[in-house]
Parts: sequence; structure tokens; C-alpha cells
Amino acid sequence: MIYFDNVSKLYNDGRSAALQEVTFQVAPKEFVSIVGHSGAGKTTLLKMIIAEDKPSHGQVFFESIDVHQIPRTKLPHYRRKIGTVFQDFKLLSNKTAYENIAFAMEANGRTDDEIAENVPQALALVDLSDKAWNFPSELSGGEKQRVAIARAIVNQPDIIVADEPTGNLDPIATYEVVQILKKINDLGTTVIMTTHNKGVIDELGRRVLTMDEGRIVRDDSSGKYVL
Amino acid sequence: MITAIRRITKAGFVGFWRNAYVSLASIFVLMVVLFVIAATMFIDQLLTTSLTTLQSKVDINVYFVPEANEEDVKSILASVEALPDVALATYTSREVALEKFREKYKNNEITMQALNELEDNPLGANIAIQAKELTQYESISQFLEEKQASASPQNPIIETINYDKNKEAIDKLSSVIKTVEKASSVVTLVLILAAILITFNTIRLAIYTAREEISIMRLVGASNMFIRGPFLLQGIMYGIVAGVLALLIWYPIMIWVGPKTEEFFDGFNLFTYFVNDFSYIFAVMVGTGIFLGFISSALAIARYLRV
Repeated sequence: MIYFDNVSKLYNDGRSAALQEVTFQVAPKEFVSIVGHSGAGKTTLLKMIIAEDKPSHGQVFFESIDVHQIPRTKLPHYRRKIGTVFQDFKLLSNKTAYENIAFAMEANGRTDDEIAENVPQALALVDLSDKAWNFPSELSGGEKQRVAIARAIVNQPDIIVADEPTGNLDPIATYEVVQILKKINDLGTTVIMTTHNKGVIDELGRRVLTMDEGRIVRDDSSGKYVL
Repeated sequence: MITAIRRITKAGFVGFWRNAYVSLASIFVLMVVLFVIAATMFIDQLLTTSLTTLQSKVDINVYFVPEANEEDVKSILASVEALPDVALATYTSREVALEKFREKYKNNEITMQALNELEDNPLGANIAIQAKELTQYESISQFLEEKQASASPQNPIIETINYDKNKEAIDKLSSVIKTVEKASSVVTLVLILAAILITFNTIRLAIYTAREEISIMRLVGASNMFIRGPFLLQGIMYGIVAGVLALLIWYPIMIWVGPKTEEFFDGFNLFTYFVNDFSYIFAVMVGTGIFLGFISSALAIARYLRV
């Protein structure tokens, strides 16, 4: 589904590299965690998938499409196939929880009926039906992240890309978010997630890629956090 | 497509309302700018009107000798009217000239007595000539001087041409008018440029605060038009509100200043102009506001839509 073919990313000075000769693939319905120290290249790797960053060498494929050959005008269409979740939530601060989720559907050109039906379902899935009309500033960190997840899944994407989704959360909120991601994966959506959290990895017991200095140094099918 | 337009419109209104402080700041700056643009418009109008009034007061007067044959006088009138530079030539016959004289000096007994002593009308006919442009008086005057010279010295027709007496005043006035017109167009241009820059900067700051939002919208797969639309609409709304507010501020000022301009500018009342030409002034103000708001938003947002 996702295929990295010998991808390297060099910084402007031409010597230091964020990614070095990264090759791996992700199968449909997999749940892949990427672990590693800060600066190991985890976030750069995710940015390659959503075409926010370009590789210096190599190619990234989404199914059979070379992601970095997509013309700029078509990028919004491509991004709608991917749900994204970030450490800092990235919610629209002047929209309510409901509107944040609805915005992703509106941008996707969905009808009003679909929005009226799917947004409450997504909110129910992350257990936030009662906070639908609150603004992000009125929500806790865990609630914000659940809104972000609801927004990521509402368009039924093929894949969820989550960059440190539990990085800013307390242990209980972390547990809830991981459970939701697991549930989404069980429903058939591929999930790629980066994390620092050893507890999360051990709890999941799924495939783990370990990165160090821009390289993938381990690939365990049912991994533990080894660093 | 219609759904998208409806959603963009709604998002524009909601954004306008929820970012009230940012909207207010932009509207305020835009309002000041439009106020200044209106001021230059009104000053220009005052200037133009007073110049026309002044220009219409400049003329050449040709006085004919009382003995002049009326046919000769009429033929000169006809030839003057045929000149392309002449806007208006007003003929005053001997009889009318006498009536005007009597009217003017009706309270001056000595003059009236002296006039009554005379058997014949002592006044000659005259023609008052207005040129289309101030610069054309020179050639009209030359034309008349030639006429004067060509007549036989025994039977002169033209007594005096008073252009020479006015020449200096006319020349001075035309140079003053030209300088004022140049200066005011330069000032207007500078003001409008400053206005555009200030508006652009304010709206750019307003959108700068939304750059995070814009990047999020891109990440969830919103197309550029879907992101840009609400901001452009907000820019247009700033323009409309600011234009209407600026007009509302001008209204009482006009009521106050109108009678004063009427006194000073010989009957030109700025308030009457404001009321009579309101639709034009409204269109210019709101139109300029919309233009500035739209262009500023479009330029500002273009920065954050790259990548």
C-alpha cells in the first residue's frame, strides 16, 4: 500500500541527512509504529507520505502512484485519501469540534446530508458527542486529540498517519487515544504512527520500525520498544 | 459547485464574526483610508468648481465707438463667433448698454443729470468674449487687434480692446491654475499609494494570524479555492463596511461645511454636491473599499498557499 524505495532526504547543506536509504513497505490494514529518538527521521518520513516534504533521492509510492509526481493542483485530492493526526492536534481554533470535523468533509465536497450523518457518528466513535459544540480552547488535550482523530477518519480514508498522537497527553488520555486507533485499525484502516512511548508499543504488540540517524535499524513484526 | 460557493460564503461570514477584533482593526484602517480618498475627491471637486468660476470671470471686452455702424459691429461679432477658440461671445447693443448704465448709476444723481443733458446715447456697443481655454485669449486678442488696425483711421469701429489690461492677471491665473492642478494630482497619487500600502499591510497581518489555520486546511485536503474563498469574501466585506462607515462620518461634516463652501466658493455648496451625487460618491467609496480589500486579501493569502 505504501512503499518507500531507497528514500534519502538531505538538508540544504548537502551533507546532514534526515533520511538515509529508507526502504520498507506497509500492507493494507497493517498497524505500523515507528519509534526512535528525536531527530531520528520519524516525522520527516511521515511528511513524505502526505507529500509535505520531498525526498532528495528515491521514490514514495501510495498504491501505484508516485506521491511526489502528483501535480500541485491534485495534491488536495491525494491528501483526502489520508487522515492525519498530529502531536499538537492542529484543530481550527475558531471552529467548534463539530465544525472542525465537518470542514474536512466540506473540503472533500461531501453533501450536507452525508455531513449531518457522518459527523455525529465520528464524534460518537471518539466518545465526544456531548462536546460537539465546544471550541478547541474549551477541550482538554485528550479531547482535542480525539476530535483530531474523528476529523481524520470521517472521510473514510485508506490510511491514518499519526505523528506522536500521544506526545502531549497524560497516561489515561494516551490509553484512550491508542484504543481508538486500534479500533479504527480493526475496522480496516491502515495506521502508521510514530511514538516515543514505550508503554504504547508494548500495549499494541504490532509491527514496529525502529529508526536511528535517518535509517531503519530494526523491523519487528510484533515488536517491543528496543532503544 | 453551488454547495462550495454556499459553504465558502458561510465560512466567510462566520470568520468575519468570530475574528471580530481582527475584522474591526482592518475595517478601521480601511475606513480611515477611504475617508482620506473621499477628502481628496471633495477637494478636487472644490478646486475644479472654483477654477471654472474663476475662468468664466476672465474675458475680453471689445468696445465699439458710438458712431460705429451696427452692421459693421454685427459682422465683427459673426467673425469672432466663427473662431474655434471662442466659447461664448455676448453682444450688448448701444441701447442695452445705456440701460445697464442707468441701472448701475440710478442712485448717483450727478451722473444721471449729466446723462440726461446729453442728446445722444454716449455709449457704444460692446462684445464680451470668453475663450474655451485660458491660453487662447492671446490669439483672440491678436485677431481683434488686426481687425482694429485694418479699419480706416478716419472711421474707426473698435474703440478699445481691454485684453491688454487683463493680460497680466490672466497669465498669472493660468499659471497658478496649472500649478495647483499638478500639485493636487501628485498629492492624490501619493495618498492613494499610501492608502493601498497601509491597507495591504493591515490585511496581511490579519491573514498572518490565520496562517496556522491555512496550513491545517491544506493538510485536511482543502483545495486552494476553498481556503482562499472565505478570506477574499472577508476582504470584500471589510471594504463594504468601511466604505459605508466613512460615508457616515462624512455626512455630518458635510452638513457643517456645506454652507461655508457656499459662501467661499461663490455658490458651490459641497453638501448639495454630496447629496446630489451621492450614488456616484457611494459607488466610488464602496467600490474602492471592495477593490482594496479584495486585492489585499488575495495578495496576502497567496503567500501562505504555496508549497
